[in-house]
Amino acid sequence: MRIGVPKEVTPGERRVATTPETVGQLVKLGFTVTVETGAGAEASFSDEAYRAAGAEIAADAAAVWSTADIVLKVRAPVDDEVERMRPGQMIVGFLAPAQNARLLERLAEKRVTALAVEGIPRISRAQKLDALSSMANIAGYRAVVEAAQHFGRFFMGQITAAGKVPPAKVLVIGAGVAGLSAIGTAKGLGAIVRAFDTRPAVKEQVESMDAEFLMLDFEEEGEGVGGYAKVMSPEFIAAEMALFREQAKEVDIIITTALIPGKPAPKLITRDMVESMKPGSVIVDLAAEQGGNCELTVPGQVIEHHGVTIIGYTDLPSRLPAQSSQMYATNLRHLLADMCPGKDGNVVVDMDDEVIRGATVVKDGEITWPPPPPKISAAPPKPSQAARAAEPAAEKKPAPKWLGPAVTFGLGALALLVVGLFAPPSFMQHFTVFVLACFVGYMVIWNVTPALHTPLMSVTNAISSIIIIGALLQISSPEPAIKWSAFVAVLITAVNIAGGFAVTRRMLAMFRK
Amino acid sequence: MNGLVTAAYIGATVLFILALGGLSHQETARRGNLYGMLGMGLALVATFFGVVTANYGILILALVVGGAFGLVLARRVQMTQMPELVAILHSLVGLAAVLVGFANFMDPSTHFTGVEKTIHDIETYLGILIGAVTFSGSVIAFGKLSGKIGGKPLLLPARHWLNLGLLIVAIWLGGWFLGTSDSGAGLVPLVLMTIVALLFGIHMVAAIGGADMPVVISMLNSYSGWAASATGFMLGNDLLIVTGALVGSSGAILSYIMCRAMNRKFLSVIAGGFGTAGGAVTAAAEQGEVRSLDPAEAAQMLLDAKHVVIVPGYGMAVAQAQHAVYELTKELKARGVDVRFAIHPVAGRMPGHMNVLLAEANVPYDIVHEMDEINDDFPNVDVSIVIGANDIVNPSAQEVPDSPIAGMPVLEVWKGKTTFVLKRSMATGYAGVENPLFFKDNTFMLFGDARETLTALIKAL
Repeated sequence: MRIGVPKEVTPGERRVATTPETVGQLVKLGFTVTVETGAGAEASFSDEAYRAAGAEIAADAAAVWSTADIVLKVRAPVDDEVERMRPGQMIVGFLAPAQNARLLERLAEKRVTALAVEGIPRISRAQKLDALSSMANIAGYRAVVEAAQHFGRFFMGQITAAGKVPPAKVLVIGAGVAGLSAIGTAKGLGAIVRAFDTRPAVKEQVESMDAEFLMLDFEEEGEGVGGYAKVMSPEFIAAEMALFREQAKEVDIIITTALIPGKPAPKLITRDMVESMKPGSVIVDLAAEQGGNCELTVPGQVIEHHGVTIIGYTDLPSRLPAQSSQMYATNLRHLLADMCPGKDGNVVVDMDDEVIRGATVVKDGEITWPPPPPKISAAPPKPSQAARAAEPAAEKKPAPKWLGPAVTFGLGALALLVVGLFAPPSFMQHFTVFVLACFVGYMVIWNVTPALHTPLMSVTNAISSIIIIGALLQISSPEPAIKWSAFVAVLITAVNIAGGFAVTRRMLAMFRK
Repeated sequence: MNGLVTAAYIGATVLFILALGGLSHQETARRGNLYGMLGMGLALVATFFGVVTANYGILILALVVGGAFGLVLARRVQMTQMPELVAILHSLVGLAAVLVGFANFMDPSTHFTGVEKTIHDIETYLGILIGAVTFSGSVIAFGKLSGKIGGKPLLLPARHWLNLGLLIVAIWLGGWFLGTSDSGAGLVPLVLMTIVALLFGIHMVAAIGGADMPVVISMLNSYSGWAASATGFMLGNDLLIVTGALVGSSGAILSYIMCRAMNRKFLSVIAGGFGTAGGAVTAAAEQGEVRSLDPAEAAQMLLDAKHVVIVPGYGMAVAQAQHAVYELTKELKARGVDVRFAIHPVAGRMPGHMNVLLAEANVPYDIVHEMDEINDDFPNVDVSIVIGANDIVNPSAQEVPDSPIAGMPVLEVWKGKTTFVLKRSMATGYAGVENPLFFKDNTFMLFGDARETLTALIKAL
């Protein structure tokens, strides 16, 4: 099948849906690839590089759209592009199916198959296809870079001959992929980083990056379906706003990444919080496209309010075009590889596959959005809850602690009593020795380091050949039967003694510091 | 003269206790072994000069031939074959106990009456019984460990009833033996009981699968001690009683440690069969996919790592890969990578098996750690290399409550940043449980023979 990659037409979009590297891999999967001339120019991929990787270069977009069986896009197709599609064609890209009902209808009318990469469920198997995460990662990085651009100071604290420079304080709200990426980047520049998230599960991840996790003294689980956040209760939001209000006075940079799937972005930073920030501070609003986490955000623009810069860019990944194209292209390549099990250049849209089902929004003229909810969430559902519930049940009937030892001691005493009643004194003497030896053994053996358990076994084996003494006592007997059986016993125990000690010696000689 | 012999026996007893005490640390272990040899020598010399009165010729012959054979055996054996060697040596102790018991029974010079007679008969009977079980059980264990007999547990129908039946028969024969030994006709029940005990030993070990071998070996170790102890009671010899009790409790503690490391009851190990009862093996629905890696990529990741932990398992012994493992360790250390080893108590086929193999390959023991020492460190580990191990690194032991291995302590390699698993295929481990570790996102598989994979890795470095 032929894959077509047209140049992106949305103004300002610099990414491209395939790179020379992935072209090579797609060709290996059996596809033919056509790339519109200049498609990768903005992301520093030249036509020559595509050609060298095995792609054909088409002179214009029309040539791509008319010949391709599968069209790979970054942004959703504009009206003109949809017009160019023909029945049976397939299109893959960021289609934003939840916001774009009209586009889905038009695609359905055209009787095409459309895959929205946003629809790929967040399960572990699909991580390599997860373009949203790839882009979020880049956006998080770029957010810090943009903040640094507008922030008039160092991130890292320094003590120089020209005076002391305090480190910048960065607050990251929402520790998803983008948030974590921003945390890492800001840490890398030397800032003091704090992070907040409604999902306590991410605390560990935040702390693993050496950032401080701000806790709310409030019990509520913020984890919704599929590892995303959910809408919180009003009380929780009030507590969280109080926290932000307090932090706003203190920090220099706020990066907000709070999104709830299918909902407008929650308003977390109010006008008065912005006004309480120090002049020169910067807010980067990664949720600008969904309306912004900050009240004052203007999507797509940088504004200044009360000395605070508010960055509302919605195209952060596109501002790192080579990197984001590379990662997006790799995600798409994995998707196509999954859909092409025969590696023969033919794709199958398998609606029983959870991943493909999630991504497919239009199939042969029918709208298949939204998909049934994913069965497995990214993070395993907390077993601790169930375990906690189960524990008390198990402990319901605690046997009295003294019962076990009491039974043991009781039985032991009884056994000793019986032995003492009937056994002759000579036996009791031996029995004393036996019991004491058992206890000595017990005490000594527990001290043996596990590393030496094998030598311990071979040495105890050699020692247990002490049974040879029994044979020695018998070997002088005039009875031939006794003599010869004692002979055999001596023979084999001698093997054991020599072998056991020698092999222990050999082993121990190998242990060295 | 008798007093001197007893004094020598006391000396030997003390030396044996010191020998076991010496094994508590690597620094003192060699001295411990020396004490053991001294103790044994002392006991032999004292008995030789103080007790033996005739037939010196065949005695010396037996000692020299047997000793020479033992030395050759000890020199020739491969370190990977240690479990087999230990098993076969146990069988010798068992056999000796049987022989001494029979010889003692046939000896007309011992005369007891009344209760003493009964007690003595019971001691003889028990000594032979334990000795015979040890003997046949060890032989089967040897066969299984050396691959001469299949490692799969032999599960006869109604095997628990069979065991119970054999036990009842043994008790009944015991009654018969006590009843007839007065008239000197006890030989028939004694021989019958020996056969029953031999059968019991065979059946018991045959029903136990490969990975439970550490328990079996230490259990047989324990039995050989109890056999010696019972013989000591029979002969009225304190040295045998003490030594047997030391060995017996040593083996019992080892069995207990092994069982705890597998989170299993001693009885259920002995009863045999594992993962066969419950149908809980139905794997979790979502397994995801396995990522494999070629040695060049793996080598690059190792070079980028700061902390590496190697987790060896039975597969390393099978592939004889311990030397290659140390080569890799040296290469990495030379490049400034911190390399440590993590040993699970039941890794391998006998207690401490992995430590011995690593020691053979010259791995310094201070970088070899026990599970409890290292488990908390895994979050800081950049790369864990699992070599031929499966169940001991299986996260289902902690995550899946109805898994057959639930609750078994495991090495938490999945908490590290990345894990390499060197494995021949995707086959499940001994417990027959799928290992979700292999499907984790930060796990990479390196398929193939462990030694070859390691050699390729070293080359790629």
